[in-house]
Amino acid sequence: MTEQAVRVVGLSKQFRIGEKQAGYQTFRDKLTDAAKSMFRRSKSGRKSGTIWALQDVSFEVGQGEVIGIIGRNGAGKSTLLKVLSRITEPTTGYAEIRGRLSSLLEVGTGFHAELTGRENIYLNAAILGMRRKDIGRRFDDIVAFSEVEKFIDTPVKHYSSGMYLRLAFAVAAHLEPDVLLIDEVLAVGDAAFQRKCLGKMGEVAQQGRTVLFVSHDMTAISRLASRTVVLEGGRVAYLGDTSDAIGMYVKEHQSSEEDLELRTDRRGDGVIRLKSFACFDAQGRKVTSVGTGDPVYFSVGYTTKLKGLEPLDFVLDMRFTDVMGHPISTLSTRFSSPVPRGKVESDGLMVCKVESLSLAAEVYGIDLWLAYRGGMSDFVPRAAEMQVVTADYFGTGAEPLIRKHGAALIPHEWFVGSRAMECMPPPANIESPALPPGA
Amino acid sequence: MNSAQISADIQDLRVQRIEPSKGWVSLRLGELWEYRELLYFLTWRDIKIRYKQTVLGATWAIIQPLLTVVVFSIFFGRLGKIPSDGIPYPIFSFTGLVPWTLFVYGLAQSSNSLVGSQNLIKKVYFPRLTIPIASLFAGIVDFLIALAILVIMMVYYAVTPSMNMVWLPFFFLLTLVTSLGVGFWLSALNVEYRDVRFAVPFLTQFWMYATPIAYPSSMLPEPWRTLYGLNPMAGVVEGFRWSLLGSHTQPGPIILASSGVAVIMMVSGAYYFKRMERNFADVV
Ligand SMILES: Nc1ncnc2c1ncn2[C@@H]1O[C@H](COP(=O)(O)OP(=O)(O)OP(=O)(O)O)[C@@H](O)[C@H]1O
Ligand SMILES: [Mg+2]
Repeated sequence: MTEQAVRVVGLSKQFRIGEKQAGYQTFRDKLTDAAKSMFRRSKSGRKSGTIWALQDVSFEVGQGEVIGIIGRNGAGKSTLLKVLSRITEPTTGYAEIRGRLSSLLEVGTGFHAELTGRENIYLNAAILGMRRKDIGRRFDDIVAFSEVEKFIDTPVKHYSSGMYLRLAFAVAAHLEPDVLLIDEVLAVGDAAFQRKCLGKMGEVAQQGRTVLFVSHDMTAISRLASRTVVLEGGRVAYLGDTSDAIGMYVKEHQSSEEDLELRTDRRGDGVIRLKSFACFDAQGRKVTSVGTGDPVYFSVGYTTKLKGLEPLDFVLDMRFTDVMGHPISTLSTRFSSPVPRGKVESDGLMVCKVESLSLAAEVYGIDLWLAYRGGMSDFVPRAAEMQVVTADYFGTGAEPLIRKHGAALIPHEWFVGSRAMECMPPPANIESPALPPGA
Repeated sequence: MNSAQISADIQDLRVQRIEPSKGWVSLRLGELWEYRELLYFLTWRDIKIRYKQTVLGATWAIIQPLLTVVVFSIFFGRLGKIPSDGIPYPIFSFTGLVPWTLFVYGLAQSSNSLVGSQNLIKKVYFPRLTIPIASLFAGIVDFLIALAILVIMMVYYAVTPSMNMVWLPFFFLLTLVTSLGVGFWLSALNVEYRDVRFAVPFLTQFWMYATPIAYPSSMLPEPWRTLYGLNPMAGVVEGFRWSLLGSHTQPGPIILASSGVAVIMMVSGAYYFKRMERNFADVV
């Protein structure tokens, strides 16, 4: 036997769609169809209305591994998790799951609205095949984690959607499954709870349990998943290192250029407008993912009706934000060395060169802000996204740098023992300026 | 925990194989047994919801059969002068109504049970058979209430039970088997064909007239009476009368026929259900 926690082999799933899009038919139709077909052979039209939501999907997940699953809407992510949690049968292929599996699929587990929070916890435990007496201590953990103590004896139909989610997540994560499947939980819930969930998922993995999670939030994926599956039209387009997977996914699906003109969520008087944005690496290739510490070139295209624009007349800010929109750092024409004077065309590019991108691995949003003679001309929030992937920033090949170390990287050196004192500046240097000359 | 220990733990874990089921699948009764706690829980849930949501709650379980008996006694007993095997007509018809109420409850609840539990079905795995079973089991509370009323009536009409009474559990079981059989078929059909549920009230009504509740099956001559047993509820109702009221109607053949049909219906229903089960989550 293999030691894999999850083994998926050639899994495919076909759905019937057909004219009866609602999925179910009526018995009356069936009878009339049957009556009709007695007279002429029907072409069995329903068979043609099928789609393959999953096609020949194969991968393996080791025990204790966290696997991310990404892909566009309709790529088959949810279907994959549904097949793995045995909610729906595959059409061909098979999967093997080692141990007990619990899942949180889209919003909410199998809660019953009329039952109280407490009863729903027991219901879900029973569904997992747990006896009432086995729950014991876990019950308190669930209640504590979900922070719904006050409402534990209230029917869940009176819960807010956030509370519902909290309880659902707590139940799925605390019933000590061997394999945990999570589908886009982070879509609902406030920022604090999202962080808490991510933390918990990491913790679950550290206990040697296996986690598969679907998300559109690349930060969450890159923070947690060691490997990632990219699904595309039901097929595995990529499987491997998370940062490569995200890089590939972002590259395929985000046209970071020329779409700024289409953006409508912008503010400003429009005297000068932002037109395009792109990043380039040292070899001049357009990239969407950059290694920590690598050189990078940001190119911003603009357009204006003004003639004879002076470079000093405008200010461009490029602000990096984290997933919550908090500012991390800003590159601005105000900070850097002055741009040479001279006329610039009314349709052009500004390029910002960064020698070494000192940001930890994470997906950053880039806000662009352009002002002309003190007035805001154009502001496009989250004009682009940039994936920073972990790389050997400090040149020591040690610990990979991820967001838990913080976003900013500061070049530094450490000294130990006798060298620790030697490396500091001599005391005299510190004291001398404080003394008035000639005292 | 060292890594060797962890890998030993992994080895201990059971491997679930997920694959398409082919043809007529096995019923996996062992799995159903493993999930007995869930069955208990779902039953309890259905009971709780039933008594919480209806304003009258438990009184409903008393009023409904009692009113039916009053109507039956007036129209069939008094005016229609329908024979009742020498038993006072009210108690004669009520004894038939006791298992019938359970059957109808099971029919109505289980046919819609899968669609009603779709948020569970779409989100978690468990043996789906537990759902129609649980919705029938929830009706046992109503059944027990009705049975208690019957006992009071027996005291009132001074009907002394005979030794036939030891057979009562068997007839109770027969009621369950019959109800499950119909419930499995209807619940699975209702997922696929949503208009099945509209047919249920009609089916219930028709079935009621085809069952010897308001009249005795002894009105029919043999062999027609035994043939009548092909309606499994006929055997159930006659069985209840025989065991509780000690009616001397020799219901043996009719009960035998009914038992056979009930078992066939339940087993075929369970297989049909299992066969349809794989698509439930896709279509509900
Ligand atoms: N029950 C169903 N019946 C018919 N088609 C279905 C059913 N469920 C999913 N599909 C189809 O299968 C495909 C994959 O759907 P799925 O929900 O797995 O996508 P997803 O990757 O989870 O997308 P999203 O990012 O929007 O959640 C879609 O084309 C969808 O329309
Ligand atoms: Mg989805």
